[in-house]
Amino acid sequence: MYSKIHKYKQLGMNIVVDPVSGSIHVVDDLTYEILDLYTENDFNTIVSLLKNKYSEDEIKDAYDEIESLRNKGLLYSEDVYKDLDINRENSVIKAICLNVAHDCNLRCSYCFASTGDFKGGRKLMSYEVGKKAIDFLIKNSGNRKVVEVDFFGGEPLMNFEVVKKIVEYGRDEAEKHGKTIKYTITTNGVLLDDEKSTYINENFSNVVLSLDGRKEINDGMRKRIDGSGSYDVIAPKIKNFVFKRGNKEHYVRGTFTAKNLDFTDDVLHLADMGIREISVEPVVEKEDTDYTLKQEHLERILKEYDRLTEEYIKRIDEGRPFSFYHFKISLDNGPCIKKRLQGCGAGFEYAAITPDGEIYPCHQFVGNELYKLGNVDSGIENKLLQEKFMESDIYKREECSQCWARFYCSGGCFANNYNMNGDINKPYELSCEMQKKRFECAIAIKAYEMMFKKNNKPQQFDN
Amino acid sequence: MRHIVTINRTSLKDSLKKPGCGECQASCQSACKTSCTVANQECQN
Repeated sequence: MYSKIHKYKQLGMNIVVDPVSGSIHVVDDLTYEILDLYTENDFNTIVSLLKNKYSEDEIKDAYDEIESLRNKGLLYSEDVYKDLDINRENSVIKAICLNVAHDCNLRCSYCFASTGDFKGGRKLMSYEVGKKAIDFLIKNSGNRKVVEVDFFGGEPLMNFEVVKKIVEYGRDEAEKHGKTIKYTITTNGVLLDDEKSTYINENFSNVVLSLDGRKEINDGMRKRIDGSGSYDVIAPKIKNFVFKRGNKEHYVRGTFTAKNLDFTDDVLHLADMGIREISVEPVVEKEDTDYTLKQEHLERILKEYDRLTEEYIKRIDEGRPFSFYHFKISLDNGPCIKKRLQGCGAGFEYAAITPDGEIYPCHQFVGNELYKLGNVDSGIENKLLQEKFMESDIYKREECSQCWARFYCSGGCFANNYNMNGDINKPYELSCEMQKKRFECAIAIKAYEMMFKKNNKPQQFDN
Repeated sequence: MRHIVTINRTSLKDSLKKPGCGECQASCQSACKTSCTVANQECQN
């Protein structure tokens, strides 16, 4: 029984992915053609089909290499994970998202949080609730030493004095319990000043800053309360912050919509601002708006990822590289198979906590009463809901179980599935197609770097 | 090999031997958390 492989062409290479082993092969044209025939034909038939283009000796040589990799379990590998019995009942909370402000000083058109208030009224988290959230995390993190707290909103800098107090409280409590809390923050940058920047750089292990790219694109979606664009306020502040941040972890992230399908120009705009850690992601919007991404946009989006890949390589070759978050991929030391069967962990490894102390599986479910897990006083009460998240994995879904990218994506985003299809286990197809393309690009970039980094010549293919 | 270059050295199947310690980072693939996929994480063990 041959398991499926995935093959595609990018950056002038023929790339073959063996999903089960995770092996990536770059092959010559002959091998690429044989792989189309290999599972359905014997050797003699393959020779007869290809003999007009290649000699029998060449075909045999390539065929033997395919056989060798198959025998080593690096090609057409049989899926040995299907029947793994993964028990997630002993999982612990690793990270919480603290919604310290259900309020925002921007009014972005595509905001999933209803411009900051999550449809529950504009409010800020009190220090008391923040302390209980820290207590909840420490109590529910088991033996795990390093846990994470992400300050989120709305806009968390609108409640910065409470953020600082929670950081101090968390640090003391973590020390008492032999743990370390890594703090992160996601901000729109409006309230960034020197004092806050210094504090954040000293205390936060990662910072995510939102900026969509070109001024006209950013200002079309990321508006101030008076309706004016935010670019002139936030771009200088973010640029200044990134300069001060240096090599400490951070990302400047943007969102692309149907209005900027040429989003490569936005990525390059950010790179040209001197930003080296960039993420630009597709908007998730179900309503029929002028910015909603639809199936009809897919072909254009996939081509745009190709363009971005080529520009990305060009900048590497020119000695002025930047990092695009979705093009990062770990091919040799990635997570183990247990993690890969379900990557998200919402509701049992990760939870979001509101200003009122309510607990949800993640920030995207906040405000949806059906998905409330509990609160910081009593902990997680809705165990049935928690089990629903725990039980899900790629083999519970028909669409995922055969997908070549299943061990890279690991099931994707529950919230996107729910928001688009009304079911946490029903993949959002458009998102899947974009995600698969990003993996192809990421793998191609890795392969390109390995194949061409010496003397700009392939490492092998010496025939 | 003259026709095939394998660019990575490990097989995912080897990870079956790992205990699944759970020390890896929480992942998030939703928009505002900048889509931390499993694929771009490193094993912490």
